[in-house]
Amino acid sequence: MSTQTLKVQGRTPGSPGKRDGKVGGGLLDPKQLILSLPDAFRKLNPVTLWRNPVMFIVEIGALLTTVLAVVEPSFFAWAIVLWLWLTVLFANLAEAVAEGRGKAQAATLRAAKRDTVARRVKNWKPGITVSEWDVVGAPELCQGDFVIVEAGEIVPGDGDVVEGIASVDESAITGESAPVIRESGGDRSAVTGGTRVLSDRVIVQITQKPGESFIDRMIALVEGANRQKTPNEIALNILLAALTLIFLVATATMQPMAIYAKTENPGVPDSLALTAEGVTGIVLVSLLVCLIPTTIGALLSAIGIAGMDRLVQRNVLAMSGRAVEAAGDVSTLLLDKTGTITLGNRQASEFVPAPGVPAEDLAAAAQLSSLADETPEGRSIVVYAKQAYGLRERQPGELAHAEWVPFTAQTRMSGVAVDDRQVRKGAATAVMKWVRDNGGHPTDEVGAIVDAISGSGGTPLVVGEISGDTARVLGVIHLKDVVKQGMRERFDEMRRMGIRTVMITGDNPLTARAIADEAGVDDFLAEATPEDKLALIRKEQEGGRLVAMTGDGTNDAPALAQADVGVAMNTGTSAAKEAGNMVDLDSNPTKLIEIVEIGKQLLITRGALTTFSIANDIAKYFAIIPAMFAAVYPGLETLNVMRLASPQSAILSAVIFNAIVIVALIPLALRGVRYRPSSASKLLSRNLYLYGLGGIIVPFIGIKLIDLFVQLLPGMS
Amino acid sequence: MSPTMTGILFIGSLVAALILTHRPLGDHMYRVYTATRHLAVERAIYRLIGVRPDTEQRWGVYARSVLAFSAVSILFLYGMQRLQDKLFLSLGMPPVTDHVAWNTAVSFVTNTNWQSYSGESTMGHLVQMSGLAVQNFVSAAVGMAVAIALVRGFARRTTDELGNFWVDLVRGSVRILLPIAFVGAVVLVAGGLIQNFSAPHDVATLTGGTQAITGGPVASQEIIKELGTNGGGFYNVNSAHPFENATGWTNWVEIFAILLIPFALPRTFGRMVGDKRQGYAITAVMAALALISVAVLTGLELAHGGTVPQAAGAAMEGKDVRFGVANSATFAAATTLTSTGAVDSFHDSYTALGGMITMFNMMLGEVAPGGVGSGLYGMLVLAVITVFVAGLMVGRTPEYLGKKIGAREIKLASMYFLVTPVLVLTGTAFAMGSSEQRASMLNSGPHGFSEVLYAFTSASNNNGSAFGGLTVNTPWYDTALGLCMALGRFLPIVFVLALAGSLARQSPVPASAGTLPTHRPQFVGMVVGVTLILVGLTFLPALALGPLAEGIN
Repeated sequence: MSTQTLKVQGRTPGSPGKRDGKVGGGLLDPKQLILSLPDAFRKLNPVTLWRNPVMFIVEIGALLTTVLAVVEPSFFAWAIVLWLWLTVLFANLAEAVAEGRGKAQAATLRAAKRDTVARRVKNWKPGITVSEWDVVGAPELCQGDFVIVEAGEIVPGDGDVVEGIASVDESAITGESAPVIRESGGDRSAVTGGTRVLSDRVIVQITQKPGESFIDRMIALVEGANRQKTPNEIALNILLAALTLIFLVATATMQPMAIYAKTENPGVPDSLALTAEGVTGIVLVSLLVCLIPTTIGALLSAIGIAGMDRLVQRNVLAMSGRAVEAAGDVSTLLLDKTGTITLGNRQASEFVPAPGVPAEDLAAAAQLSSLADETPEGRSIVVYAKQAYGLRERQPGELAHAEWVPFTAQTRMSGVAVDDRQVRKGAATAVMKWVRDNGGHPTDEVGAIVDAISGSGGTPLVVGEISGDTARVLGVIHLKDVVKQGMRERFDEMRRMGIRTVMITGDNPLTARAIADEAGVDDFLAEATPEDKLALIRKEQEGGRLVAMTGDGTNDAPALAQADVGVAMNTGTSAAKEAGNMVDLDSNPTKLIEIVEIGKQLLITRGALTTFSIANDIAKYFAIIPAMFAAVYPGLETLNVMRLASPQSAILSAVIFNAIVIVALIPLALRGVRYRPSSASKLLSRNLYLYGLGGIIVPFIGIKLIDLFVQLLPGMS
Repeated sequence: MSPTMTGILFIGSLVAALILTHRPLGDHMYRVYTATRHLAVERAIYRLIGVRPDTEQRWGVYARSVLAFSAVSILFLYGMQRLQDKLFLSLGMPPVTDHVAWNTAVSFVTNTNWQSYSGESTMGHLVQMSGLAVQNFVSAAVGMAVAIALVRGFARRTTDELGNFWVDLVRGSVRILLPIAFVGAVVLVAGGLIQNFSAPHDVATLTGGTQAITGGPVASQEIIKELGTNGGGFYNVNSAHPFENATGWTNWVEIFAILLIPFALPRTFGRMVGDKRQGYAITAVMAALALISVAVLTGLELAHGGTVPQAAGAAMEGKDVRFGVANSATFAAATTLTSTGAVDSFHDSYTALGGMITMFNMMLGEVAPGGVGSGLYGMLVLAVITVFVAGLMVGRTPEYLGKKIGAREIKLASMYFLVTPVLVLTGTAFAMGSSEQRASMLNSGPHGFSEVLYAFTSASNNNGSAFGGLTVNTPWYDTALGLCMALGRFLPIVFVLALAGSLARQSPVPASAGTLPTHRPQFVGMVVGVTLILVGLTFLPALALGPLAEGIN
């Protein structure tokens, strides 16, 4: 089981999402193209194809030309027929390839969803020792049932641990092979069906309805089974349909004009393009197919599927495409301080000695008192003492007679007694009281140091000692939250993208401000309660802003539900996962930033290919209009700027280019347009040059190149 | 002075004058449409027509008011023409035939002013003044009202209300069009235009024959004809008639009047949405398209390679020596770029490619700067389409002025954009496909086709100018072109108002660095590009078979 992973690309889970500042995507394996061919053929069925109006028109055109070619066969006609069918097929292929990647992932997931049996406990109540149960199949479990799961067993369904603690292998879902701890109560109680308990025994209350487990939903999502068009996709489809309609009218109404032109020039012989009955059906359909936005029409759904897929590759599951799109629009990011902006723990950053105490003495005492302190704060003191004062780390066992005093909630300090020397470190009030109780007199300066550290957002730990009969304060350790590396740059980027970042923390405003300043976020919410969070989201939304946030606890659920993009951590509670519209399997809150980038990339890809598609039409006109009418109006040959060999080869080359460009752009559609965080203006300029100007120029070159080959075919002159 | 130099001075002085006036006039119109108080005369009108001026309308009610007002206007105008022999000041003219009356009624109510009749020999003074001239005012005021309603859609938040059509209509007529027209008429009379009620009198012509010359209230008609981008001439030859356009400088005044309001409305728009730069951007798009068009058209007319034009120094056929080539070309560009359709020279006689430019100007959808009101709303719809395509490329759901362009908005914008090309192309195709209608063509070859294409382009875009060379006062043409005018006017208006309604309901998204800026040259260039490419792609096949085939050798 643990070797089967969902991940397609081997990214380290939990690593910050920065890779050269751009969003990448999966590569296209040529094998996938071939594997998707059968699906591409299946999608020719007009019953499904009509949902894509552009390609539906192409299919009708292909059908029409096929009939015409049967009635009046020529090499030219059949060549056009072939390429028109290929155009539809290529479009289907794009969609099939995009879906195929999801199917592979779904297969992996299905393997995890094996038939499990559950040991169901009737009438479980807290505190009862379970002694009997009945064995049922996992699909029979209902919401609210209690089951026992022991080491080596598969969790039969999604639920919350209500008793016990266990380590669980969740690799089937997350791809992460290190086991995680799940325990009753708190925010680490959720277990997912299909995962394996490795140790201990827990009682789980099932929270899913039969057939609606997390894995079921994941399978449906990656397969795109109930994929619905997103709002922006619908809007774009409308525009594409309108453009198709315009070109349909433009080509259809051309016929009487062409007939008139032909009758006005009776001396001109009929050609394959123009006869006394007007432009031939084959050519008319070719022109239409070249003009309607086939490129974007063919790739539109693949772009959407691939966008979801890119999220899955980053181990994020979006419950709807709408959420992915909303991510691109987000203008306010709510980020939890701990774990997102700062490393989870405070670290020693300075030793401030009391007046008259050498700094080295303080450092030595601080280190000594922390040697047995295994908390991250304690470790950081030892590390800092070594870095800043060159004090070698000693193992607790090295000191004979050392008697370690552990931290308790009552004393609020910890330390060590070595022979007749006692050292303590801990909360300022506790240590000072301890000194005073032992006859010492902490000076006012110590109080000032403590206040200064608190004021700067740090946490002061006072170090005191009793040596012989004298009790005194040695100084203060400055513990501070350490902002993750690169966060400031990340937030600067966000600002350039027009996104406001708000740090959420339970700290007091003073501490919060200090960290907010250091990290470079735009705003902060201190002493935040779940109600505060919800209120902040509502306030931002009333101003027309879209809000994204991450959360894991049950008390985050209302805010997650209210946010436009709510990313629940997979380690979080079922309630949080239900409330959010995305789940991050890596439980990495920094990923929110990547999600925003993926959302933007999705929209940019759509816009870029639409622009490219429309810009392409200019060159196609320059190929086809002279081909149709230069015979009756020789002046129009001037428009044949590409100097295409003959009318037939010009039309065929344009049709071939139109089809090939779809295949050529499949990788781009799946990967997404390159995106670097920058201002809207810069982004637009770059994409306009690339896809607007490029879209005008590329087909001139492409059609000319194709013509160089096509003119060698029979019947092309 | 060389003709090129004259042209540059002429155009340059127009640009300078428009720069001077757009600001005060735009600000005036802003105050007119946002004021809360009513003038005494306005109150009287509201009482008369039974309107409560302080209640606002939803888009549907606004649209129904526009349609009802226009329907009544068409019926009234139709009846007046059919009964003109029974009314005063008919100058003894018989009733207008039914198809001409229908065509004319629709034509004037839709601000098109396509004339399938000859003014001085068909309509009496009463019809001209209280029928046609009144429509010259109110049809222009309707256009402005609709534009202002759309602007309110952008400017307002979370509301269903778009203003009151009757108030907008009355204020536009009373506070904007009437005062300017009054001053303008006086200026034109000073320039030599006539303003009287005389019956026709016979004049001996140079060739020894006699000609009946009709007098009439020409100056007052002339100014509103240009100011309201109407274009329906008192005389058949329109602004080429010396009584309608006496000298080189009245020609300048008339072009100025054509462009005055369309170029000032973007300022009003900028004021209303609370960001003048947005208005400047729209002005810049209009000005860029207009200047390109004027330059190309003048260049083609001055530098024509044909034998006769070479000998004459320029393509002089169909142009009056009073005005010369450059000034005529400027008038032609101005009249086709706006939905005016008045002419001081004959577009049919322009070089093939020059004639194509006049057609292309109209095919742009009358947006640069377009008709009064219709130009602004047409341009805003194009801006919406541009924002949608280009806006995606910045990675956000497209938004314009803080309003999201979603499925409903793009559907309405697309339908707006679809209407005129479909009308132009299907109309032309029908005419070309029927041998009976082809019989109306007086010319053969690509030029004959161009004349038909021009007629449908002009009618569907509510321009009203004609290539001529086509017998259009037949029942079929009168009916078909009348339908094109009506559908080409009112379908877009309904779509625009629906769009306004859907925009007004939204609450705006605040702008940030991630928002596509819509006031920079980048955006201006994009709208120009999208407009040219979309229109070009739509009409290129038709143009290739007409003016391009004729003009490229």
